[in-house]
Amino acid sequence: MNTARSNPINAALMHGALILYTLIALFPVFVILINSFKSRKKIFREPLALPDAESFSLVGYQTVMKQGDFILYFQNSFIVTVGSLTLILLFGAMAAFALSEYRFRGNMLMGLYLALGIMIPIRIGTVAILEMMVATGLVNTLWALILVYTAQGLPLAVFILSEFMRQVSDDLKNAGRIDGLSEYAIFFKLVLPLVRPAMATVAVFNMIPIWNDLWFPLILAPAEETKTLTLGSQVFIGQFVTDWNAVLSALSMAILPVLVLYVIFSRQLIRGITSGAVK
Amino acid sequence: MQLPRLRWHIAVFLAPAVLIYSTVMIFPLFNTLRLALYAEVDQGRVFVGFENFRTLFFDPIWSEQFWNALGNNFWFFLIHMLVQNPIGIALAALLSHPRLRFAALYRSAIFIPTVLSFVIVGFAWKLILSPIWGIAPSLLDAVGLKSLFAPWLGKEEYALTTLAMISVWQFVGIPMMLIYAALLSIPEDILEAGEIDGVTGLAAFWKIKLPLILPSIGIISILTFVGNFNAFDLIYAAQGALAGPDFSTDILGTFMYRTFFGFQLQLGDPHMGSAIAGAMFAIILVGVCLYLFGIQTRMRRYQL
Repeated sequence: MNTARSNPINAALMHGALILYTLIALFPVFVILINSFKSRKKIFREPLALPDAESFSLVGYQTVMKQGDFILYFQNSFIVTVGSLTLILLFGAMAAFALSEYRFRGNMLMGLYLALGIMIPIRIGTVAILEMMVATGLVNTLWALILVYTAQGLPLAVFILSEFMRQVSDDLKNAGRIDGLSEYAIFFKLVLPLVRPAMATVAVFNMIPIWNDLWFPLILAPAEETKTLTLGSQVFIGQFVTDWNAVLSALSMAILPVLVLYVIFSRQLIRGITSGAVK
Repeated sequence: MQLPRLRWHIAVFLAPAVLIYSTVMIFPLFNTLRLALYAEVDQGRVFVGFENFRTLFFDPIWSEQFWNALGNNFWFFLIHMLVQNPIGIALAALLSHPRLRFAALYRSAIFIPTVLSFVIVGFAWKLILSPIWGIAPSLLDAVGLKSLFAPWLGKEEYALTTLAMISVWQFVGIPMMLIYAALLSIPEDILEAGEIDGVTGLAAFWKIKLPLILPSIGIISILTFVGNFNAFDLIYAAQGALAGPDFSTDILGTFMYRTFFGFQLQLGDPHMGSAIAGAMFAIILVGVCLYLFGIQTRMRRYQL
Protein backbone atom coordinates (compact mmCIF):
# COMPACT_ATOMS: atom_id res chain seq x y z
CA MET A 1 0.00 0.00 0.00
CA ASN A 2 2.59 2.45 1.02
CA THR A 3 6.37 2.26 1.08
CA ALA A 4 6.92 4.29 4.24
CA ARG A 5 4.85 1.89 6.30
CA SER A 6 6.51 -1.33 5.31
CA ASN A 7 10.07 -0.25 4.72
CA PRO A 8 12.34 -3.06 6.03
CA ILE A 9 15.00 -0.62 7.29
CA ASN A 10 12.37 1.22 9.31
CA ALA A 11 11.08 -2.03 10.71
CA ALA A 12 14.59 -3.08 11.74
CA LEU A 13 15.20 0.27 13.41
CA MET A 14 11.94 0.03 15.29
CA HIS A 15 12.69 -3.46 16.53
CA GLY A 16 16.17 -2.34 17.48
CA ALA A 17 14.85 0.52 19.59
CA LEU A 18 12.22 -1.65 21.26
CA ILE A 19 14.64 -4.48 21.98
CA LEU A 20 17.11 -2.01 23.48
CA TYR A 21 14.48 -0.57 25.78
CA THR A 22 13.16 -4.02 26.71
CA LEU A 23 16.70 -4.97 27.74
CA ILE A 24 16.97 -1.82 29.87
CA ALA A 25 13.63 -2.66 31.50
CA LEU A 26 14.45 -6.28 32.25
CA PHE A 27 18.18 -6.19 32.94
CA PRO A 28 18.07 -5.20 36.65
CA VAL A 29 15.41 -7.82 37.42
CA PHE A 30 17.40 -10.44 35.55
CA VAL A 31 20.66 -9.61 37.35
CA ILE A 32 19.00 -9.82 40.78
CA LEU A 33 17.31 -13.14 40.00
CA ILE A 34 20.36 -14.94 38.58
CA ASN A 35 22.71 -13.76 41.31
CA SER A 36 20.38 -14.86 44.08
CA PHE A 37 21.21 -18.44 43.09
CA LYS A 38 24.98 -18.03 43.20
CA SER A 39 27.64 -18.33 45.85
CA ARG A 40 29.02 -15.15 47.34
CA LYS A 41 32.33 -15.42 45.56
CA LYS A 42 30.70 -15.83 42.16
CA ILE A 43 28.30 -12.95 42.76
CA PHE A 44 31.25 -10.63 42.86
CA ARG A 45 33.55 -12.32 40.41
CA GLU A 46 31.08 -12.96 37.57
CA PRO A 47 27.97 -10.93 38.27
CA LEU A 48 26.58 -11.40 34.77
CA ALA A 49 27.12 -15.16 34.45
CA LEU A 50 24.22 -17.55 34.80
CA PRO A 51 24.39 -19.85 37.81
CA ASP A 52 25.94 -23.21 36.89
CA ALA A 53 26.64 -26.42 38.77
CA GLU A 54 29.77 -24.94 40.33
CA SER A 55 28.41 -21.52 41.35
CA PHE A 56 24.90 -22.63 42.31
CA SER A 57 24.05 -21.95 45.91
CA LEU A 58 20.91 -21.46 47.95
CA VAL A 59 22.67 -20.05 51.00
CA GLY A 60 20.88 -16.71 50.63
CA TYR A 61 17.47 -18.31 50.61
CA GLN A 62 18.42 -20.35 53.67
CA THR A 63 19.34 -17.19 55.58
CA VAL A 64 16.12 -15.53 54.51
CA MET A 65 14.00 -18.47 55.61
CA LYS A 66 15.84 -18.73 58.93
CA GLN A 67 15.96 -15.05 59.82
CA GLY A 68 12.86 -13.50 58.37
CA ASP A 69 9.35 -14.78 58.64
CA PHE A 70 8.63 -14.39 54.96
CA ILE A 71 5.77 -16.87 54.94
CA LEU A 72 3.97 -14.76 57.54
CA TYR A 73 4.74 -11.54 55.63
CA PHE A 74 3.41 -13.09 52.47
CA GLN A 75 0.29 -14.23 54.27
CA ASN A 76 -0.27 -10.72 55.68
CA SER A 77 0.15 -9.11 52.27
CA PHE A 78 -2.24 -11.65 50.82
CA ILE A 79 -4.92 -11.06 53.48
CA VAL A 80 -4.62 -7.28 53.18
CA THR A 81 -4.76 -7.29 49.38
CA VAL A 82 -7.61 -9.76 49.04
CA GLY A 83 -9.55 -8.18 51.92
CA SER A 84 -9.23 -4.67 50.51
CA LEU A 85 -10.10 -5.76 46.98
CA THR A 86 -13.21 -7.58 48.20
CA LEU A 87 -14.45 -4.52 50.09
CA ILE A 88 -13.56 -2.13 47.26
CA LEU A 89 -15.42 -4.23 44.71
CA LEU A 90 -18.48 -4.97 46.83
CA PHE A 91 -19.00 -1.51 48.33
CA GLY A 92 -17.81 0.28 45.20
CA ALA A 93 -20.24 -1.64 43.01
CA MET A 94 -23.10 -1.03 45.43
CA ALA A 95 -22.47 2.72 45.50
CA ALA A 96 -21.96 2.82 41.74
CA PHE A 97 -25.28 1.05 41.28
CA ALA A 98 -27.08 3.55 43.51
CA LEU A 99 -25.56 6.48 41.62
CA SER A 100 -26.16 5.14 38.13
CA GLU A 101 -29.56 3.50 38.63
CA TYR A 102 -31.64 5.78 40.80
CA ARG A 103 -32.56 9.41 40.48
CA PHE A 104 -32.62 11.06 43.86
CA ARG A 105 -31.85 14.46 45.26
CA GLY A 106 -28.13 14.95 45.76
CA ASN A 107 -27.13 12.27 43.27
CA MET A 108 -24.74 14.59 41.41
CA LEU A 109 -23.29 15.98 44.63
CA MET A 110 -22.71 12.49 46.01
CA GLY A 111 -20.95 11.51 42.80
CA LEU A 112 -18.69 14.54 43.01
CA TYR A 113 -18.01 13.95 46.69
CA LEU A 114 -16.95 10.37 46.01
CA ALA A 115 -14.84 11.50 43.04
CA LEU A 116 -12.78 13.94 45.15
CA GLY A 117 -10.58 11.10 46.31
CA ILE A 118 -9.46 10.23 42.78
CA MET A 119 -7.09 13.18 42.64
CA ILE A 120 -6.29 13.80 46.30
CA PRO A 121 -3.90 11.22 47.75
CA ILE A 122 -5.01 9.67 51.03
CA ARG A 123 -1.47 10.02 52.40
CA ILE A 124 -2.09 13.68 53.09
CA GLY A 125 -4.36 12.64 55.98
CA THR A 126 -1.84 10.24 57.52
CA VAL A 127 -1.36 12.12 60.81
CA ALA A 128 -5.07 12.01 61.63
CA ILE A 129 -5.47 8.47 60.31
CA LEU A 130 -2.78 7.26 62.69
CA GLU A 131 -4.41 9.13 65.57
CA MET A 132 -7.74 7.55 64.76
CA MET A 133 -6.27 4.05 64.48
CA VAL A 134 -4.51 4.49 67.82
CA ALA A 135 -7.74 5.72 69.43
CA THR A 136 -9.76 2.79 68.10
CA GLY A 137 -7.06 0.25 68.91
CA LEU A 138 -6.71 -0.75 65.27
CA VAL A 139 -3.06 0.19 65.04
CA ASN A 140 -0.85 -2.83 64.30
CA THR A 141 -3.75 -4.83 62.98
CA LEU A 142 -4.36 -5.81 59.38
CA TRP A 143 -7.79 -4.16 59.63
CA ALA A 144 -6.17 -0.74 59.75
CA LEU A 145 -4.52 -1.41 56.39
CA ILE A 146 -7.62 -2.97 54.85
CA LEU A 147 -9.75 0.04 55.83
CA VAL A 148 -7.23 2.55 54.51
CA TYR A 149 -6.80 0.77 51.18
CA THR A 150 -10.54 0.36 50.82
CA ALA A 151 -11.07 4.09 51.34
CA GLN A 152 -8.25 4.80 48.90
CA GLY A 153 -9.60 2.48 46.21
CA LEU A 154 -13.30 3.34 46.43
CA PRO A 155 -13.37 6.67 44.51
CA LEU A 156 -11.91 5.31 41.28
CA ALA A 157 -13.87 2.07 41.64
CA VAL A 158 -17.18 3.94 41.96
CA PHE A 159 -16.25 6.15 39.01
CA ILE A 160 -15.32 3.31 36.65
CA LEU A 161 -18.11 0.95 37.73
CA SER A 162 -20.86 3.54 37.43
CA GLU A 163 -19.71 4.32 33.88
CA PHE A 164 -20.11 0.64 33.04
CA MET A 165 -23.40 0.20 34.91
CA ARG A 166 -25.00 2.96 32.83
CA GLN A 167 -24.57 0.68 29.84
CA VAL A 168 -26.61 -2.18 31.36
CA SER A 169 -29.95 -2.23 29.58
CA ASP A 170 -32.93 -0.78 31.43
CA ASP A 171 -35.26 -3.29 29.81
CA LEU A 172 -33.49 -6.12 31.56
CA LYS A 173 -33.79 -4.48 34.97
CA ASN A 174 -37.41 -3.55 34.41
CA ALA A 175 -38.21 -7.10 33.31
CA GLY A 176 -36.73 -8.24 36.62
CA ARG A 177 -38.87 -5.74 38.51
CA ILE A 178 -42.01 -6.99 36.76
CA ASP A 179 -41.06 -10.53 37.75
CA GLY A 180 -41.06 -9.34 41.34
CA LEU A 181 -37.32 -9.20 42.02
CA SER A 182 -36.27 -6.86 44.81
CA GLU A 183 -33.80 -4.06 44.06
CA TYR A 184 -31.13 -6.10 45.88
CA ALA A 185 -31.81 -9.14 43.73
CA ILE A 186 -31.63 -6.99 40.60
CA PHE A 187 -28.22 -5.70 41.70
CA PHE A 188 -26.72 -9.02 42.74
CA LYS A 189 -28.32 -11.33 40.19
CA LEU A 190 -28.68 -9.17 37.07
CA VAL A 191 -26.24 -6.27 37.15
CA LEU A 192 -23.18 -7.63 38.95
CA PRO A 193 -22.63 -10.56 36.56
CA LEU A 194 -22.85 -8.17 33.60
CA VAL A 195 -20.17 -5.78 34.84
CA ARG A 196 -17.73 -8.54 35.74
CA PRO A 197 -15.10 -7.37 33.19
CA ALA A 198 -15.15 -3.88 34.70
CA MET A 199 -14.80 -5.38 38.19
CA ALA A 200 -11.73 -7.28 37.02
CA THR A 201 -10.23 -4.06 35.69
CA VAL A 202 -10.81 -2.31 39.00
CA ALA A 203 -9.34 -5.25 40.91
CA VAL A 204 -6.18 -5.35 38.82
CA PHE A 205 -5.70 -1.58 39.05
CA ASN A 206 -5.92 -1.67 42.83
CA MET A 207 -3.98 -4.85 43.41
CA ILE A 208 -0.51 -3.60 42.49
CA PRO A 209 -0.46 -0.36 44.54
CA ILE A 210 -1.88 -2.15 47.59
CA TRP A 211 0.56 -5.02 47.41
CA ASN A 212 3.52 -2.69 46.88
CA ASP A 213 2.67 0.05 49.37
CA LEU A 214 5.33 0.85 51.95
CA TRP A 215 3.95 4.01 53.57
CA PHE A 216 0.91 2.70 55.45
CA PRO A 217 2.42 -0.62 56.63
CA LEU A 218 5.37 1.39 57.93
CA ILE A 219 3.16 3.82 59.83
CA LEU A 220 0.05 1.85 60.76
CA ALA A 221 1.23 -1.74 61.15
CA PRO A 222 4.98 -2.03 61.70
CA ALA A 223 4.70 -4.83 64.30
CA GLU A 224 6.44 -8.09 63.48
CA GLU A 225 3.21 -10.08 63.24
CA THR A 226 1.49 -7.62 60.88
CA LYS A 227 4.37 -6.77 58.55
CA THR A 228 3.50 -7.02 54.88
CA LEU A 229 5.90 -8.53 52.39
CA THR A 230 6.97 -5.08 51.14
CA LEU A 231 7.73 -3.77 54.61
CA GLY A 232 9.20 -7.09 55.72
CA SER A 233 11.66 -7.19 52.84
CA GLN A 234 12.53 -3.52 53.41
CA VAL A 235 13.38 -4.14 57.07
CA PHE A 236 15.12 -7.42 56.36
CA ILE A 237 17.31 -5.95 53.64
CA GLY A 238 18.13 -2.99 55.86
CA GLN A 239 19.44 -5.36 58.53
CA PHE A 240 21.32 -7.70 56.21
CA VAL A 241 22.79 -5.02 54.02
CA THR A 242 26.24 -6.62 53.97
CA ASP A 243 24.99 -10.16 53.40
CA TRP A 244 24.65 -10.00 49.63
CA ASN A 245 23.31 -13.53 49.27
CA ALA A 246 20.52 -12.83 51.72
CA VAL A 247 19.68 -9.43 50.19
CA LEU A 248 19.52 -10.80 46.66
CA SER A 249 17.41 -13.75 47.76
CA ALA A 250 15.04 -11.54 49.73
CA LEU A 251 14.65 -9.28 46.68
CA SER A 252 13.97 -12.28 44.45
CA MET A 253 11.39 -13.61 46.88
CA ALA A 254 9.64 -10.24 46.81
CA ILE A 255 9.81 -10.07 43.00
CA LEU A 256 8.50 -13.57 42.27
CA PRO A 257 4.92 -13.34 43.58
CA VAL A 258 4.40 -10.05 41.75
CA LEU A 259 5.82 -11.48 38.54
CA VAL A 260 3.57 -14.53 38.80
CA LEU A 261 0.52 -12.33 39.41
CA TYR A 262 1.55 -10.13 36.49
CA VAL A 263 1.88 -13.05 34.12
CA ILE A 264 -1.57 -14.27 35.16
CA PHE A 265 -3.29 -10.89 34.99
CA SER A 266 -1.28 -8.92 32.45
CA ARG A 267 -3.82 -9.39 29.70
CA GLN A 268 -6.59 -8.11 31.97
CA LEU A 269 -4.45 -5.20 33.14
CA ILE A 270 -3.41 -4.11 29.68
CA ARG A 271 -6.91 -4.50 28.32
CA GLY A 272 -8.18 -2.45 31.25
CA ILE A 273 -5.76 0.38 30.58
CA THR A 274 -6.13 0.38 26.84
CA SER A 275 -9.92 0.12 26.84
CA GLY A 276 -9.86 3.65 28.16
CA ALA A 277 -11.08 2.78 31.63
CA VAL A 278 -9.16 5.79 32.94
CA LYS A 279 -10.37 8.73 30.96
CA MET B 1 -43.41 8.27 37.92
CA GLN B 2 -41.13 8.38 40.93
CA LEU B 3 -42.47 6.98 44.12
CA PRO B 4 -42.60 9.59 46.84
CA ARG B 5 -41.80 7.20 49.72
CA LEU B 6 -38.31 6.98 51.08
CA ARG B 7 -36.38 4.43 49.13
CA TRP B 8 -34.30 2.63 51.73
CA HIS B 9 -32.39 0.50 49.24
CA ILE B 10 -30.60 3.59 47.90
CA ALA B 11 -29.30 4.35 51.37
CA VAL B 12 -28.31 0.71 51.87
CA PHE B 13 -26.39 0.67 48.58
CA LEU B 14 -24.58 3.91 49.34
CA ALA B 15 -23.96 3.54 53.06
CA PRO B 16 -20.91 1.24 53.29
CA ALA B 17 -18.86 3.08 50.67
CA VAL B 18 -19.77 6.55 51.92
CA LEU B 19 -19.15 5.54 55.52
CA ILE B 20 -15.68 4.08 54.96
CA TYR B 21 -14.65 6.80 52.53
CA SER B 22 -15.81 9.56 54.86
CA THR B 23 -14.35 8.22 58.09
CA VAL B 24 -11.04 6.88 56.77
CA MET B 25 -10.29 9.40 54.03
CA ILE B 26 -12.23 12.68 54.06
CA PHE B 27 -12.50 13.16 57.82
CA PRO B 28 -8.79 12.50 58.51
CA LEU B 29 -7.88 14.77 55.62
CA PHE B 30 -9.66 17.72 57.19
CA ASN B 31 -8.64 16.68 60.66
CA THR B 32 -5.00 16.76 59.54
CA LEU B 33 -5.49 20.26 58.16
CA ARG B 34 -7.06 21.21 61.51
CA LEU B 35 -4.20 19.66 63.50
CA ALA B 36 -1.80 21.85 61.53
CA LEU B 37 -3.27 24.81 63.41
CA TYR B 38 -2.41 23.39 66.82
CA ALA B 39 0.79 22.84 68.76
CA GLU B 40 1.74 20.76 71.74
CA VAL B 41 2.47 22.78 74.85
CA ASP B 42 2.97 21.00 78.17
CA GLN B 43 1.38 17.82 76.86
CA GLY B 44 -1.75 19.71 75.95
CA ARG B 45 -3.02 20.75 72.56
CA VAL B 46 -3.14 24.50 72.04
CA PHE B 47 -4.61 26.38 69.12
CA VAL B 48 -1.91 28.49 67.50
CA GLY B 49 -3.47 29.55 64.21
CA PHE B 50 -1.04 29.73 61.33
CA GLU B 51 2.02 29.73 63.60
CA ASN B 52 3.15 26.29 62.34
CA PHE B 53 3.04 27.47 58.76
CA ARG B 54 5.02 30.58 59.67
CA THR B 55 7.64 28.36 61.28
CA LEU B 56 7.67 26.12 58.24
CA PHE B 57 8.09 28.91 55.70
CA PHE B 58 10.19 31.45 57.60
CA ASP B 59 11.98 29.92 60.60
CA PRO B 60 15.60 29.50 59.42
CA ILE B 61 15.94 25.84 60.50
CA TRP B 62 12.58 24.66 59.19
CA SER B 63 12.32 26.81 56.10
CA GLU B 64 15.70 25.70 54.83
CA GLN B 65 14.55 22.07 54.95
CA PHE B 66 11.14 22.89 53.53
CA TRP B 67 12.36 24.86 50.52
CA ASN B 68 15.06 22.27 49.93
CA ALA B 69 12.44 19.49 49.87
CA LEU B 70 10.10 21.53 47.70
CA GLY B 71 12.84 22.45 45.23
CA ASN B 72 13.97 18.83 45.06
CA ASN B 73 10.39 17.78 44.50
CA PHE B 74 10.09 20.15 41.53
CA TRP B 75 13.31 18.83 40.06
CA PHE B 76 12.03 15.28 40.56
CA PHE B 77 8.83 16.23 38.72
CA LEU B 78 10.69 18.05 35.94
CA ILE B 79 12.83 14.99 35.19
CA HIS B 80 9.71 12.85 34.94
CA MET B 81 8.13 15.33 32.56
CA LEU B 82 11.24 15.70 30.40
CA VAL B 83 12.39 12.08 30.36
CA GLN B 84 9.61 9.70 31.36
CA ASN B 85 6.80 11.14 29.29
CA PRO B 86 8.72 11.66 26.01
CA ILE B 87 10.18 8.14 26.24
CA GLY B 88 6.71 6.79 27.01
CA ILE B 89 5.25 8.58 24.00
CA ALA B 90 8.06 7.40 21.73
CA LEU B 91 7.63 3.78 22.85
CA ALA B 92 3.88 4.01 22.36
CA ALA B 93 4.34 5.47 18.88
CA LEU B 94 6.60 2.56 17.95
CA LEU B 95 4.27 -0.03 19.48
CA SER B 96 1.18 1.30 17.76
CA HIS B 97 2.73 0.88 14.33
CA PRO B 98 0.18 -1.23 12.45
CA ARG B 99 2.52 -3.86 11.10
CA LEU B 100 4.86 -4.30 14.05
CA ARG B 101 5.37 -7.91 15.10
CA PHE B 102 5.73 -8.97 18.75
CA ALA B 103 4.10 -5.72 19.92
CA ALA B 104 2.29 -7.50 22.76
CA LEU B 105 5.53 -9.08 23.91
CA TYR B 106 7.43 -5.77 24.03
CA ARG B 107 4.53 -4.08 25.73
CA SER B 108 4.28 -6.67 28.51
CA ALA B 109 8.04 -6.76 29.07
CA ILE B 110 8.45 -2.99 29.26
CA PHE B 111 5.60 -2.79 31.75
CA ILE B 112 7.23 -5.24 34.21
CA PRO B 113 9.20 -2.64 36.24
CA THR B 114 5.96 -0.76 36.88
CA VAL B 115 4.45 -3.67 38.80
CA LEU B 116 7.46 -4.07 41.12
CA SER B 117 7.47 -2.37 44.50
CA PHE B 118 9.64 0.66 45.25
CA VAL B 119 11.53 -1.40 47.79
CA ILE B 120 12.62 -3.90 45.17
CA VAL B 121 13.40 -1.21 42.61
CA GLY B 122 15.29 0.96 45.08
CA PHE B 123 17.49 -1.83 46.40
CA ALA B 124 18.01 -3.48 43.04
CA TRP B 125 19.36 -0.26 41.54
CA LYS B 126 21.36 0.47 44.65
CA LEU B 127 23.12 -2.86 44.19
CA ILE B 128 23.61 -2.38 40.46
CA LEU B 129 25.01 1.13 40.82
CA SER B 130 27.13 0.13 43.80
CA PRO B 131 30.86 0.56 43.22
CA ILE B 132 31.44 -2.54 45.40
CA TRP B 133 29.59 -4.89 43.11
CA GLY B 134 30.79 -3.17 39.99
CA ILE B 135 28.08 -4.07 37.48
CA ALA B 136 27.57 -0.48 36.38
CA PRO B 137 31.28 0.35 35.97
CA SER B 138 31.98 -2.88 34.09
CA LEU B 139 29.04 -2.26 31.76
CA LEU B 140 30.27 1.26 31.09
CA ASP B 141 33.73 -0.17 30.54
CA ALA B 142 32.31 -2.48 27.88
CA VAL B 143 31.18 0.51 25.83
CA GLY B 144 34.35 2.46 26.59
CA LEU B 145 32.80 5.00 28.95
CA LYS B 146 34.26 3.82 32.24
CA SER B 147 35.52 7.30 33.06
CA LEU B 148 31.90 8.44 33.36
CA PHE B 149 31.23 6.22 36.34
CA ALA B 150 30.72 7.76 39.74
CA PRO B 151 28.98 6.44 42.86
CA TRP B 152 25.92 8.35 41.72
CA LEU B 153 23.67 7.60 44.67
CA GLY B 154 26.34 8.71 47.11
CA LYS B 155 27.17 12.06 45.52
CA GLU B 156 25.14 15.07 46.54
CA GLU B 157 25.08 16.56 43.06
CA TYR B 158 23.88 13.38 41.30
CA ALA B 159 21.83 11.47 43.87
CA LEU B 160 18.46 13.15 43.28
CA THR B 161 18.73 12.99 39.50
CA THR B 162 19.77 9.34 39.72
CA LEU B 163 16.75 8.51 41.88
CA ALA B 164 14.47 10.41 39.52
CA MET B 165 15.88 8.39 36.62
CA ILE B 166 15.28 5.16 38.55
CA SER B 167 11.70 6.25 39.11
CA VAL B 168 11.42 7.07 35.39
CA TRP B 169 12.71 3.58 34.60
CA GLN B 170 10.05 2.12 36.84
CA PHE B 171 7.06 4.14 35.65
CA VAL B 172 7.65 4.67 31.95
CA GLY B 173 5.10 1.90 31.37
CA ILE B 174 2.20 4.07 32.46
CA PRO B 175 2.51 6.91 29.91
CA MET B 176 3.41 4.26 27.34
CA MET B 177 0.18 2.35 27.92
CA LEU B 178 -2.09 5.39 28.08
CA ILE B 179 -0.64 6.97 24.94
CA TYR B 180 -0.69 3.61 23.21
CA ALA B 181 -4.42 3.37 23.93
CA ALA B 182 -4.95 6.91 22.63
CA LEU B 183 -3.00 6.19 19.45
CA LEU B 184 -4.96 3.03 18.76
CA SER B 185 -8.21 4.96 18.96
CA ILE B 186 -7.22 7.25 16.06
CA PRO B 187 -9.35 6.15 13.10
CA GLU B 188 -7.50 4.65 10.20
CA ASP B 189 -9.21 6.85 7.58
CA ILE B 190 -7.68 10.02 9.05
CA LEU B 191 -4.22 8.52 8.63
CA GLU B 192 -5.07 7.33 5.15
CA ALA B 193 -6.31 10.77 4.18
CA GLY B 194 -2.95 12.10 5.37
CA GLU B 195 -1.13 9.50 3.33
CA ILE B 196 -2.95 10.54 0.18
CA ASP B 197 -1.74 14.07 0.84
CA GLY B 198 1.77 12.70 1.28
CA VAL B 199 1.96 12.96 5.07
CA THR B 200 3.57 9.73 6.25
CA GLY B 201 6.00 8.35 8.81
CA LEU B 202 7.40 10.92 11.23
CA ALA B 203 5.48 13.78 9.65
CA ALA B 204 2.24 11.90 10.23
CA PHE B 205 3.19 11.49 13.87
CA TRP B 206 3.97 15.19 14.44
CA LYS B 207 1.19 16.66 12.33
CA ILE B 208 -1.71 14.24 12.81
CA LYS B 209 -1.24 11.91 15.75
CA LEU B 210 0.38 14.23 18.29
CA PRO B 211 -2.35 16.90 18.18
CA LEU B 212 -4.94 14.16 18.57
CA ILE B 213 -3.34 12.67 21.68
CA LEU B 214 -2.75 15.98 23.48
CA PRO B 215 -5.62 15.36 25.94
CA SER B 216 -3.98 12.08 27.00
CA ILE B 217 -0.66 13.87 27.46
CA GLY B 218 -2.49 16.34 29.71
CA ILE B 219 -3.85 13.50 31.85
CA ILE B 220 -0.42 11.91 32.09
CA SER B 221 1.09 15.20 33.19
CA ILE B 222 -1.37 15.66 36.02
CA LEU B 223 -1.02 12.01 37.11
CA THR B 224 2.75 12.47 37.16
CA PHE B 225 2.39 15.68 39.14
CA VAL B 226 0.17 14.16 41.83
CA GLY B 227 2.29 11.01 41.99
CA ASN B 228 5.55 12.93 42.34
CA PHE B 229 4.37 15.35 45.00
CA ASN B 230 3.11 12.43 47.01
CA ALA B 231 6.20 10.25 46.46
CA PHE B 232 8.07 8.76 49.38
CA ASP B 233 8.69 5.05 49.04
CA LEU B 234 11.54 5.03 46.54
CA ILE B 235 13.61 7.65 48.37
CA TYR B 236 12.95 5.96 51.71
CA ALA B 237 13.87 2.52 50.38
CA ALA B 238 17.05 3.68 48.65
CA GLN B 239 18.32 6.46 50.93
CA GLY B 240 16.44 6.04 54.20
CA ALA B 241 14.42 8.61 56.12
CA LEU B 242 17.36 11.03 56.17
CA ALA B 243 17.26 11.23 52.37
CA GLY B 244 21.01 11.40 52.14
CA PRO B 245 23.62 12.38 51.25
CA ASP B 246 23.08 15.50 53.34
CA PHE B 247 19.34 15.80 52.53
CA SER B 248 20.11 16.20 48.84
CA THR B 249 17.32 13.73 47.93
CA ASP B 250 14.81 14.99 50.48
CA ILE B 251 11.34 15.52 49.00
CA LEU B 252 8.09 16.55 50.69
CA GLY B 253 7.06 12.96 51.44
CA THR B 254 10.27 12.06 53.27
CA PHE B 255 10.35 15.45 55.01
CA MET B 256 6.82 14.92 56.29
CA TYR B 257 7.62 11.39 57.44
CA ARG B 258 10.70 12.54 59.36
CA THR B 259 8.91 15.45 60.96
CA PHE B 260 5.82 13.49 61.88
CA PHE B 261 7.53 10.32 63.06
CA GLY B 262 10.80 11.66 64.32
CA PHE B 263 14.21 10.21 63.58
CA GLN B 264 17.33 9.58 65.61
CA LEU B 265 17.33 12.26 68.31
CA GLN B 266 14.56 14.47 67.04
CA LEU B 267 11.13 13.69 68.45
CA GLY B 268 8.17 13.34 66.13
CA ASP B 269 5.89 16.33 65.90
CA PRO B 270 2.41 15.51 64.54
CA HIS B 271 1.46 19.17 64.29
CA MET B 272 4.41 20.21 62.15
CA GLY B 273 3.86 17.00 60.17
CA SER B 274 0.28 18.11 59.58
CA ALA B 275 1.49 21.53 58.48
CA ILE B 276 3.72 19.88 55.86
CA ALA B 277 0.79 17.71 54.80
CA GLY B 278 -1.24 20.91 54.49
CA ALA B 279 1.40 22.42 52.23
CA MET B 280 1.43 19.26 50.10
CA PHE B 281 -2.35 19.37 49.91
CA ALA B 282 -2.26 22.99 48.73
CA ILE B 283 0.36 22.24 46.08
CA ILE B 284 -1.55 19.24 44.74
CA LEU B 285 -4.81 21.20 44.79
CA VAL B 286 -3.27 24.10 42.85
CA GLY B 287 -1.83 21.66 40.32
CA VAL B 288 -5.10 19.80 39.85
CA CYS B 289 -7.09 23.06 39.54
CA LEU B 290 -4.61 24.47 37.04
CA TYR B 291 -5.06 21.34 35.01
CA LEU B 292 -8.85 21.18 35.28
CA PHE B 293 -9.59 24.85 34.62
CA GLY B 294 -6.52 26.11 32.83
CA ILE B 295 -5.46 23.28 30.57
CA GLN B 296 -8.24 20.78 30.16
CA THR B 297 -10.98 23.25 29.25
CA ARG B 298 -8.81 25.13 26.80
CA MET B 299 -7.35 22.15 25.06
CA ARG B 300 -8.61 21.66 21.56
CA ARG B 301 -10.43 18.41 21.18
CA TYR B 302 -11.06 16.90 17.83
CA GLN B 303 -14.14 14.89 17.23
CA LEU B 304 -13.06 11.52 15.96
